[in-house]
Amino acid sequence: MKNVSTVTVDTSRQGVLGRLYIFAILGGLAVTLRHLLRNLFGQKDVATIQYPEERREYSERTRGRHILTTRDDGSLRCVACYMCETACPADCITIVAEEDPEATVEWEKKALSFEIDLLRCVFCGYCVDACPKQALVMSRQHEMAFTTRDEAVVGIEELKQKGPIEDEDLGYRPYY
Amino acid sequence: MTDSLRKAGMSQTTLPELFPGGATFDAHTAADGLVEMHVDRSGLIGVLKTLRDHPDLACDLLLDICGVDHPEREQRFEVVYHVASLDKGHRFRIKVPISEDEPSVPTAYGIWRAADWFEREAWDMMGIRFDGHPNLRRILTHEAFQGHPLRKDYDPAQRWILTEDETMVPDWVTETIEDEDHFETQILNLGPSHPATHGTLRIVVRLDGEVITKAETEIGYLHRCFEKMSETHGWNEVIPYADRLNYCSAMNNGVGYALGVERMLGIEAPPRAQMVRLILCEFSRLMDHAVCLGANLVDLGALTNFWYFFQPREEIYSLLEACAGGRLTVSYARIGGLVHDVPDDFEERVRQLLRTIPKFIDDVDRLVTKNRIFRDRTEGVGVMSAADAVAWGWTGPCLRASGVGFDLRKEQPYMGYDEFDFDVPIATSGDCYARYLVRLEEMRQSLRIIEQAVGRLAAGPVITDNHHVALPPKSKVYSEMEALIWHFKLIYEGIKVPSGAMYTATEGSNGELGFYIIADGSGHPYRIKVRPPCFAIFQAYPHMLEGHLVSDAIAILGSLNIIAGELDR
Repeated sequence: MKNVSTVTVDTSRQGVLGRLYIFAILGGLAVTLRHLLRNLFGQKDVATIQYPEERREYSERTRGRHILTTRDDGSLRCVACYMCETACPADCITIVAEEDPEATVEWEKKALSFEIDLLRCVFCGYCVDACPKQALVMSRQHEMAFTTRDEAVVGIEELKQKGPIEDEDLGYRPYY
Repeated sequence: MTDSLRKAGMSQTTLPELFPGGATFDAHTAADGLVEMHVDRSGLIGVLKTLRDHPDLACDLLLDICGVDHPEREQRFEVVYHVASLDKGHRFRIKVPISEDEPSVPTAYGIWRAADWFEREAWDMMGIRFDGHPNLRRILTHEAFQGHPLRKDYDPAQRWILTEDETMVPDWVTETIEDEDHFETQILNLGPSHPATHGTLRIVVRLDGEVITKAETEIGYLHRCFEKMSETHGWNEVIPYADRLNYCSAMNNGVGYALGVERMLGIEAPPRAQMVRLILCEFSRLMDHAVCLGANLVDLGALTNFWYFFQPREEIYSLLEACAGGRLTVSYARIGGLVHDVPDDFEERVRQLLRTIPKFIDDVDRLVTKNRIFRDRTEGVGVMSAADAVAWGWTGPCLRASGVGFDLRKEQPYMGYDEFDFDVPIATSGDCYARYLVRLEEMRQSLRIIEQAVGRLAAGPVITDNHHVALPPKSKVYSEMEALIWHFKLIYEGIKVPSGAMYTATEGSNGELGFYIIADGSGHPYRIKVRPPCFAIFQAYPHMLEGHLVSDAIAILGSLNIIAGELDR
């Protein structure tokens, strides 16, 4: 073992004064009393919030429920390249591709179905990193409750961006 | 002559002379700096004994035992031992090839007590028998489970329906001792879902009055097949799994794994990434200790401390979330660096935390440390001597509380820990109180490290620009053909880690967190064996209980900080 700088913590037995409960108890009461008074009169110190009336503000990188982004014409940006499905550590994404009936040269494949099992998903953001078209981003929505397991498997309709992208509660998306 | 062998005070030619005859082996220094030896089954015990007892070798710490399956080889299985010498600082890896027809080796239980659970795990997962082991039962899977899941020919898709009738009932449960001294013997189950276990563990104790006379533990309730799943997923995709090992300090696991793979690839993360990793790892260690102490104190009836510790923890989680996007399981590290840079106000927030956290630590210190009620419940309770702790394979704060100042951040500095000025707290009494004090002091030392690190945070990239390892920047993926091709290749084929095996250890919050990683040159790991610090610590637990009261059992359990995610993997 290398000769490292150590500090030895004091585990020696207490003396008579220490073994009298009273001083340690008073010292402890001073700590809790200070917290009590600060919480009563200095409201800004209070750590708790009145959930659900009040909510914590999460960062712009929060990994919440996914969004499938759309082009200006409302069609999905997804080209069904299966990159997110491949990168997913939880194997929760299932894509079925089809030929785009309105194919231009640029867009040939599109997703016939795109399903994410939100109960399997571990919200790691690997799918967002893997997407080469910025077709999949994440929102900050993290409160998801389901009554059945089937309900947790969401498809294109549930995931599709509903309005302008700025209106979505955007969370994790490519930064680099 | 190589460094490790020289450190061990011997050369390649003199090494075999130290060992008794009959053992055929070759020794060399492996790529990861360990002395690797290939030993015959017949000579194994002699070699292991010499390793422990020879004054020049003095390998007193058994780190890990695992099995590796190579179906294509004539000797299909390989039993791999990792041992270390605390005194000399050298490490050995012993490999024993065995055939499928007779997959057994003699037990090392008589040499290191730490072998107990590690051998049971190798039996359970790989089907390797350890002749002479006193209690070779399954450990992570159910008693009625069939097959050995980590064998390459095991089909993970099959399902076993296991009935409740086959739950563990130790033999001694039915033994009744009733005489004048033992007037009331009864069996008590603690867990698997008991608030004081803080995870899914089961402890069966036999009580004589209120005193525990015998105890046994059952684990595996949270087994999620981490090692098996890693074999079918890409190198980077293991990081979210690794985060779920010790979920109280997720960052430490992800970084530990990433460092292991980076070593195999021969790359290093850029300096900025190293520094951010270090800061967040120390914050994670601090949180882990805060959870451990807070929960331990709740179990002892001191609830207030829990709130005092959870407030800074909440703020650290907010910082992690601002960096990574996740709070508990961050998935922030990547092989080669970090997934993206920290937010602009990172330094400011870290400095803010450095100002506020000491107040909470001091509050708990003032509330508890001198309180006689707390001290009477923890002093002299769950005493572990230094020699016993080492024999059981303990590392981390629990070992340091027994008086052994072993810390990998000092011993084998990684991520530039050697450039920081910090002390390793140790205690001599080895009881619950000592473990409390050591953790409390470690939190202060972590803050010292962070304070120095935040001043050294230099601008620069946070992930390597090696396109065989790291995804190219998104702006290039959207616009450049070449970047898009690299992106596709990395996602579909994965990182190609060259064939080989390395054992990389980092100082996790609970002790030495080792990753023994074997690569076969493909896009996913061939085998990963985690050396979880909790596993070695928890196997000593039933032996520590004898003679204690039930309430002491709770105090001891809390002071060991058993995290089920890491224990069961």
